[in-house]
Amino acid sequence: MNIPYTVEVRPDTGLANGKLGIWLFLASEVMLFGALFSSYIILRTGSIHWPQGELNVWLGMVNTFILIGSSVTMVMAWASLKLNDWGKHRLYLILTFALAGIFLVNKYIEYADHITRGEYPSHSTFVAMYFTLTGLHGLHILGGMVVMAYFIGPGKKMYQTNREQFVNRIEYTGLYWHFVDLVWIFLFPVLYLL
Amino acid sequence: MHSEADDIKKHVRTYWMIGGALYVFTVITVAVNQIHLALPFAVTLALIVASMKGYMVASVFMHLNHEKKWIYGSLLLTVAFFIVLMSIPLFTVMDSIGTDIVQEVPAGSAHPGAGAPAH
Repeated sequence: MNIPYTVEVRPDTGLANGKLGIWLFLASEVMLFGALFSSYIILRTGSIHWPQGELNVWLGMVNTFILIGSSVTMVMAWASLKLNDWGKHRLYLILTFALAGIFLVNKYIEYADHITRGEYPSHSTFVAMYFTLTGLHGLHILGGMVVMAYFIGPGKKMYQTNREQFVNRIEYTGLYWHFVDLVWIFLFPVLYLL
Repeated sequence: MHSEADDIKKHVRTYWMIGGALYVFTVITVAVNQIHLALPFAVTLALIVASMKGYMVASVFMHLNHEKKWIYGSLLLTVAFFIVLMSIPLFTVMDSIGTDIVQEVPAGSAHPGAGAPAH
């Protein structure tokens, strides 16, 4: 049985089902992170003392550069497919995957530094919020890497059998990845700078 | 007449330019942080720059500047509920249930209730 509207658009929405699906998923993600940001505001405005300058700004900035770079390579992976350049698509997708990996390594270094200083989530409200927000974001990075690994590895076969559907899948992966970048764009100033 | 490939090639230049702009904005955010401005000003500035960066990612990388109305519709609903979520801290501050009621004590009165008008 074939799933309908994976490539062709639905006449009522004007969209392929996957595209509307990923946007609805991202809408739910906005609410998930929104709830945590809202909690952060309540906890911060309600506290007498809020620590500042606790985190390594330079490492945070490097991670911001890495994620922005990965967003560019991700959109280039999709654009290369649209231009029928399979080689460049592979290069950009692998680069995106590698940058995501470097981001997580940096995060590991940061976490390890906190743990060795005895700064567990129970240390303070700020550290608890830091681990919750960056931990959830890190899980999203990991999820994106799993999807990218699939398209770098076993999922690439679809390019030969159903090229348009493969291009759509890369586009949806990209939409998710840009959202993960967008969340970090707000997390970085909120946690590291303010 | 433009083909889809021509359009994509034009977009590729935009992607690189937006990537560069995002790097510049990140440097500006960190540089401003090093000046150590007053907190309310620093928060406002950081959130404005972050919103500009977010807009660039959403409109160009996520192609939101030319999408179908179903996607705009679902995002409009999301924005409405997101505003409600962000308003919760404001409601919390405005909520006076459970907080002490401060009663002014008239000068020369020994008991707080002594100055209350009798009805």
